[in-house]
Amino acid sequence: MALRIDYSHSLRPFDAHVELTVAAGETLALVGPSGAGKTTTLRVVAGLLRPDRGMVAVDGETWLDTSAGLERPAEQRRVGYLFQEYALFPHLDVAANVGFGAPRGASIDELLERFRIGTLARARVRELSGGERQRVALARALARRPATLLLDEPLSALDAHTKTTVRGELHELLRELGLPTIVVTHDFEDAAALADRVGVIVGGRIVQQGPAAGLVAEPGDAFVASLTGASLLPGVARAAPDGLTEVVLDGGGSAWSTDAATGRVGVAIHAWEVALARETPDDSSLNHFRGAITSVVPLGNRARVRVGDLVAEISSASLDRLALEEGDVVVASFKATAARLVPLA
Amino acid sequence: MLVLATGVALAFLVLPVVAIFARVPPGELLSALGTEAAKDALVVTVKTNLVSMALILAFGTPAAYWIATRELRLRDVVVTLVELPLVLPPAVAGIGLLAAFGRLGLLGGTMDALGIDIAFTQTAVVLAVTFVASPFYVRTAVAAFEAVDPALPAAARTLGAGPGRVFFRVALPLAAGGLGAGAALAFARGIGEFGATIMFAGSLEGRTQTLSLAIYEQFDLDFDVALAISALLVIVSGTVLLSVKLLTRWRSGSTTPIPFAPSTRTSS
Repeated sequence: MALRIDYSHSLRPFDAHVELTVAAGETLALVGPSGAGKTTTLRVVAGLLRPDRGMVAVDGETWLDTSAGLERPAEQRRVGYLFQEYALFPHLDVAANVGFGAPRGASIDELLERFRIGTLARARVRELSGGERQRVALARALARRPATLLLDEPLSALDAHTKTTVRGELHELLRELGLPTIVVTHDFEDAAALADRVGVIVGGRIVQQGPAAGLVAEPGDAFVASLTGASLLPGVARAAPDGLTEVVLDGGGSAWSTDAATGRVGVAIHAWEVALARETPDDSSLNHFRGAITSVVPLGNRARVRVGDLVAEISSASLDRLALEEGDVVVASFKATAARLVPLA
Repeated sequence: MLVLATGVALAFLVLPVVAIFARVPPGELLSALGTEAAKDALVVTVKTNLVSMALILAFGTPAAYWIATRELRLRDVVVTLVELPLVLPPAVAGIGLLAAFGRLGLLGGTMDALGIDIAFTQTAVVLAVTFVASPFYVRTAVAAFEAVDPALPAAARTLGAGPGRVFFRVALPLAAGGLGAGAALAFARGIGEFGATIMFAGSLEGRTQTLSLAIYEQFDLDFDVALAISALLVIVSGTVLLSVKLLTRWRSGSTTPIPFAPSTRTSS
């Protein structure tokens, strides 16, 4: 029971070519900038958009095969589609929304209870909070008994406070359901939290896919690197003694990496790999950049400190101990082994 | 300055309406409505307008839905054609209807052969009213269907609803307020129809003479009766305008731009 997709469709200003297989019980996150073809992929699977060419098959059932002239209408494809902003019917109450796609005679009470919306059965959509709307939309999508789940930005309509809780619940639910699932999001953190595999889609093509941790560790290009939250220092790479690569940075100075590369590259470095000190430390780090702190953003027990083009993530304890403030001149250091080199156009 | 200009404009617009009621006491107005001519005209008007509204709703609603939901290359052309009767001078509409359906008209020969003679019958009144009133409904209905969030019918389809169910369970209820407002406007226009009707259907008392035509005829015979019928039409028109405002305010789901809608939009 897997979902297989392969389609081409002309989108202005580019053509989308997407080929994907999502296994039963697997969640794939499609991440990328707006207009990259994420939602288009969901619409092709659901039958809301007929691609110029392509095929969609779920669980051995072919839903679309343009070469054979086969196209099953949207209403006959068993998808659970969670729309961006949820697309709940404003003229129906919660129970009628959830029951809309349920098979004749099916009881929806169990679903209402399961999603903790039983007491809201008679409520109108506009009376619901963001989190409640999301649960109603999920219950409605599941009432259809779908063969695959398509979630379009399931968390973006929620405020930061509810988001973390809802994300945890959603992850749990996806695991329980065991359906091939595609989650579209622009937020790498959400993708990493929900999905087994992340596909980065840019300009209608999947440029890299793999487990979230793999993308963080080995970003294939500058876009993936910045998507995963890495700082990017552009420059020109050349081979240096000791098997290292020296990158002469556009912003002045050099950075060293253990990755091999030549030509224009970006040095991608994650915030948690960057250490801060008042004076240049005498340690194993090869890369040291002196600069003034431009911002300090506390995040619970951590803080993100920006020094020039670099962002360092340090514990609040370290921040207090070093007594760092905006305007202070510090040294940001990272090891050559932590510096990933990605090609730049 | 501004207040003065507004005051003059308002007075100018309201004065004729007030004058209708001011000239004759209400009791006499009622008894004038009891005359044969007035009663006949009322029956003709109600009958022809009901048939006409039924036709407009039955054909106009699916047409508007189709125009609003298909990505038509010629959408603007189609909408302009629908709107044409709105701007056509009534006399032109009358001549056009005669030229199309009259005995010597485009379809006259065919209809003659079938033994149908439309001109100067109640059928002609229905055609004239439908011709001038339907654009008011169709263009409002197109706007109402277009204002339905496209994600909602799409969601309905992914939940297994075929085209019929999408229309009746999602599009129609969400557009209902706009459709009601459009129907009210078309009804108001139909009740007042004069020019096309008098040319195409004539003004035969008890057969084709509607209330508007009766006002024109009574104007020479009995001015009080003309005033009484006018007063009745003022009340009908006022009620329609009020109901359009209420319908637009009552609408829940969509936000349709509708002519004569309340200018201060309340988000409900």
